[in-house]
Amino acid sequence: MGGREANVVLLDENGIRSDGRKVNETRKVTIKAGVLKNASGSAYIEFGGNKILAGVFGPRDVHPKHMSNPDTGILRVRYHMEPFSVSERKKPAPSRREIEISKVITEALRPAVMLEKFPRTALDVYLEVLQADGGTRCAALDAASVAIADAGIPMRDLVCSCAAGKAADTIILDVNNEEDQAGQADMPIGYMPNLGKITLLQLDGVLTVDEYKKCIELGLEGCKQVYEIQKNALREKYFSDGDNN
Amino acid sequence: MLPGDFITTSPLRLQDNVVLDGKRIISTTIGLSDVSTDNVRVISLTGIYIPKIDDLVIGRIEYIFGNSWFADINSCYQGMLLGQDVFGRGSYPTNSEMKNRLGKGDIILAKIANFDRQREPLISIADKNLGKIDSGELIKISPSKIPRLIGKQGSMIQTIEGSTNATITVGQNGLIIVSCDETNGLLKALTAIRMIDEQAHIINLTDKVKKMLESNGV
Repeated sequence: MGGREANVVLLDENGIRSDGRKVNETRKVTIKAGVLKNASGSAYIEFGGNKILAGVFGPRDVHPKHMSNPDTGILRVRYHMEPFSVSERKKPAPSRREIEISKVITEALRPAVMLEKFPRTALDVYLEVLQADGGTRCAALDAASVAIADAGIPMRDLVCSCAAGKAADTIILDVNNEEDQAGQADMPIGYMPNLGKITLLQLDGVLTVDEYKKCIELGLEGCKQVYEIQKNALREKYFSDGDNN
Repeated sequence: MLPGDFITTSPLRLQDNVVLDGKRIISTTIGLSDVSTDNVRVISLTGIYIPKIDDLVIGRIEYIFGNSWFADINSCYQGMLLGQDVFGRGSYPTNSEMKNRLGKGDIILAKIANFDRQREPLISIADKNLGKIDSGELIKISPSKIPRLIGKQGSMIQTIEGSTNATITVGQNGLIIVSCDETNGLLKALTAIRMIDEQAHIINLTDKVKKMLESNGV
């Protein structure tokens, strides 16, 4: 997404990042569950400058039929960026990058979703990136997880996700677009907080062993913060009249 | 309760929408936890209909394939109605005979006769009161709200039926048939059902519905 910019100050002497955040601070996250009427479940997330809409259909019949599995349901995720999501028009056809992200999100969600309850069916998750600002795969995974829960699909846990990374020789939480382009490392993490299991871990860049450990620790902190926001989004939809339990 | 939320550690029998993780019992869906003396479950507030044996469902015939009808029962599976179930055991009805008895688009009230993971759920109309439905208004609500519509020992549905003179046939799959001779009663019953679908989580819903039914306007 664009060339590397060398002249950005990623971290000033006071420890403040290019967008005014501290090193261990995420961007502002807002999630709304159940925004679409026609989908079984849906969610809308704003993760800093990222705006992503998630819609879930199913479980439903599998077409083509040969893809169905008599033992379990199948999970299909389509991550797609709108042509207007980035500053220069993106071709709407699925790119190599989008196919990869669809795959990693599928694999990040699969341990959480109890597909074995729905043999011979498919669960389709559509993720539309309306506006991209770095870290879309994490934001898309967060939205997908809320949308699946909203659809009433049994899940072992919600999957929350946040990236950590390294820029200006410092480990930082929630890498934004500039830090991704000009920074040294980017590590998206998907996490099931109640089960304490990591479902997505990628690393683009080079880290020492110590940095790696610190990066995961910080990333999980970020995930837990996002998890609270995800829970609030679902609570707001289902238990908003003080009828909480 | 939300997916992944911890409910209890006590050794209880697991019922709906809960899963065991080590010694902890956790919820798998959005809903209300219900822990009784010997079992634990979560009453789901969302989700699609999963067939259960002996459930009454309302379906729409989609197509005939071989010796069976396939009906849309508002689930991820299609209901399979065997020709033998309608024409008697050992009979081999022709396609046109089947078409004449139940055609595409016909609405039926059926019972889930059998359901396992291997095959489509088997439905049956071989019982009294089951079979083709000719008249009434079809309305669809979320299947998870059906218990609320029925109410404790049928209190909610009796309230609606009593004050509107409507006959309400409830399918566990979220499809409902309302029939009533008076237009006003029909409209009121429909409004009440929609109200329950939208406000199922409100505590004094029965009173609210009663009030709405007693008022004159719709």
